[in-house]
Amino acid sequence: MDTTNTQTEAQEAHVEKPVREIPMVRALFDDDDVLLKSVAAIREKGYKIQEVFTPFPVHGLDHALGLKGTRIAIAAFMYGLLGLSTAIAMTYYMMIIDWPMNIGGKPSMSWGENMPAFVPIMFELTVFFAAHLMVWTFFIRNGLYPGRKAMNPDPRTTDDMFMMEVEVLGEREDLEGLLKETGAVELQ
Amino acid sequence: MHYESPIREPLILGEKNYHDVSIEVARPIETSPPRSWWIAFSISLLLFLWGIGNILYTIGTGIGTWGLNKTVGWAWDITNFVWWVGIGHAGTLISAILLLFRQKWRMSINRSAEAMTIFSVIQAALFPGIHMGRIWLAYFVFPIPNSFGSLWVNFNSPLLWDVFAISTYFSVSLVFWYVGLIPDFAMLRDRAIKPIQKHVYGILSFGWGGKAKHWQRFEEVSLVLAGLATPLVLSVHTIVSMDFATSVIPGWHTTIFPPYFVAGAIFSGFAMVQTLLIIMRKMFKMEHYITIQHIEMMNIVIMLTGSIVGVAYITELFIAWYSGVEYEQYAFLNRATGPYWWAYWSMMTCNVFSPQFMWFKKLRTSIMFTFIISIVVNIGMWFERFVIIVTSLHRDYLPSSWTMFSPTFVDIGIYLGTIGFFFVLFLLYARTFPVIAQAELKTILKSSGEAQKEHHTEDGHH
Repeated sequence: MDTTNTQTEAQEAHVEKPVREIPMVRALFDDDDVLLKSVAAIREKGYKIQEVFTPFPVHGLDHALGLKGTRIAIAAFMYGLLGLSTAIAMTYYMMIIDWPMNIGGKPSMSWGENMPAFVPIMFELTVFFAAHLMVWTFFIRNGLYPGRKAMNPDPRTTDDMFMMEVEVLGEREDLEGLLKETGAVELQ
Repeated sequence: MHYESPIREPLILGEKNYHDVSIEVARPIETSPPRSWWIAFSISLLLFLWGIGNILYTIGTGIGTWGLNKTVGWAWDITNFVWWVGIGHAGTLISAILLLFRQKWRMSINRSAEAMTIFSVIQAALFPGIHMGRIWLAYFVFPIPNSFGSLWVNFNSPLLWDVFAISTYFSVSLVFWYVGLIPDFAMLRDRAIKPIQKHVYGILSFGWGGKAKHWQRFEEVSLVLAGLATPLVLSVHTIVSMDFATSVIPGWHTTIFPPYFVAGAIFSGFAMVQTLLIIMRKMFKMEHYITIQHIEMMNIVIMLTGSIVGVAYITELFIAWYSGVEYEQYAFLNRATGPYWWAYWSMMTCNVFSPQFMWFKKLRTSIMFTFIISIVVNIGMWFERFVIIVTSLHRDYLPSSWTMFSPTFVDIGIYLGTIGFFFVLFLLYARTFPVIAQAELKTILKSSGEAQKEHHTEDGHH
């Protein structure tokens, strides 16, 4: 498909202004395995990889880049606990303290004695809080929101291209040579 | 690294690269729809409008417009509610439980199955809403302080658990679906040529760029959401079944209900996924992604869950006899031989007998046969809920209260209306959303693509 021109125009209109304070090379790859090998080679030479943009999750890329593990699952666990506590507080206040009810000859008694009937609510609110707050955390930590301009500098990286941004150390030509050698198909 | 045993059938047919996947997923959005889409959409829209008319009539006039009476106070409305919630369950099963089990075949179908979940839960939620009669007081079901004194909702009631379960299920399914959609919307945004499309998909994609850290978090979030959605989906139909099981009505008061309802839900949901996907793959030429193998896998799930449902029916009969409770025994004898025998035997034929054909490979790999069975199963599952609800109620404790139920045109109109609404939503979705989770699918292209697999086998490298 020959839409290079349209894509470039669209790219200028829609993509966030790149922060070009530090000199860097953008290398495009057309294969995920080549990209992984190149990432390893580039890092071995002591270059700092600023960012990698891929169209799909490339397995092993986070390890190759030396990214720390994400703690979002721990956050989800905390949110789940918050949901559980909310359910306990809510049932305790509403059913035991504020308005105890005697339904069908079954008085509310203490929270502990009534607890089995509250298990579904406790479970649902745990899931509700964990899921929603985790997704909000995911959006906030990634800076994703409706109307945000595309973060990828090249629109092809959501299709079939993989882009690596490497900070220039020393001569630019050396880095470009190394990227070409390890399989980059285009340099910007 | 991208290796999969040659014994396994490829999940993506034809010779494709990553770019081909993008093009083919974007095609229904970028081209005008086939004639068949317009025909299906027009019929659905008419049904939907007819349903809206009937709903407005119900709200304006009252529940008296339905066929309910003093004895049978729950009938088509709750039957439809349970039927639609059940259908929704297959979507979560495919996207969450199959993710936890690392079943790669889910990837071509999970997006549409989840869409089906969301659209069918919308239909389901409609019924308790309009059954309230005064829908403008629907907020009474939420535990909010009100100006009528500090009277709270009853947390001991399964009907209230239902409010929490359905709203949690709907909203969590929605965010699960949306998080998965973001990278695919980004792909559509970056391909779009028309300014309006570019703008809309730009907003919907939240600026996603596919950064390495974002993908790492994305995968963790998907996994945790799957882990949360799995017990959630089981809890939802468990709680729906408790609406019945905790009441003291012979035929309802049974402990087998939660697993029996969950199995039935998955059974009918998979049948609905088949109905939708068989139409969609043909309409939008997705045969290379939704293959015969996918259809066969789903047929096996239908066969398994159909058999579980069959065992549950027989267990119910056995326990009714074994319990020695004469009301219970009468309830089941009346179901099979009473005035509603035709509903009971329709249920038995459609749900227990028809899925057994799937033992034959020839039949479960036949698209036409699968399509027919998928509709038969959904008819059967509708009858199951009708049998449970109406036949248990229509013979009250006092023979002087014994009645029959017959639906009015409003009952029928609302039911047909929800079918229309469901298809309107699904058909619109199929034209504007990426119907296949393309980002996820690209991760298995090298290991499960047909051309790539052949290449591996020829070279003999692992």
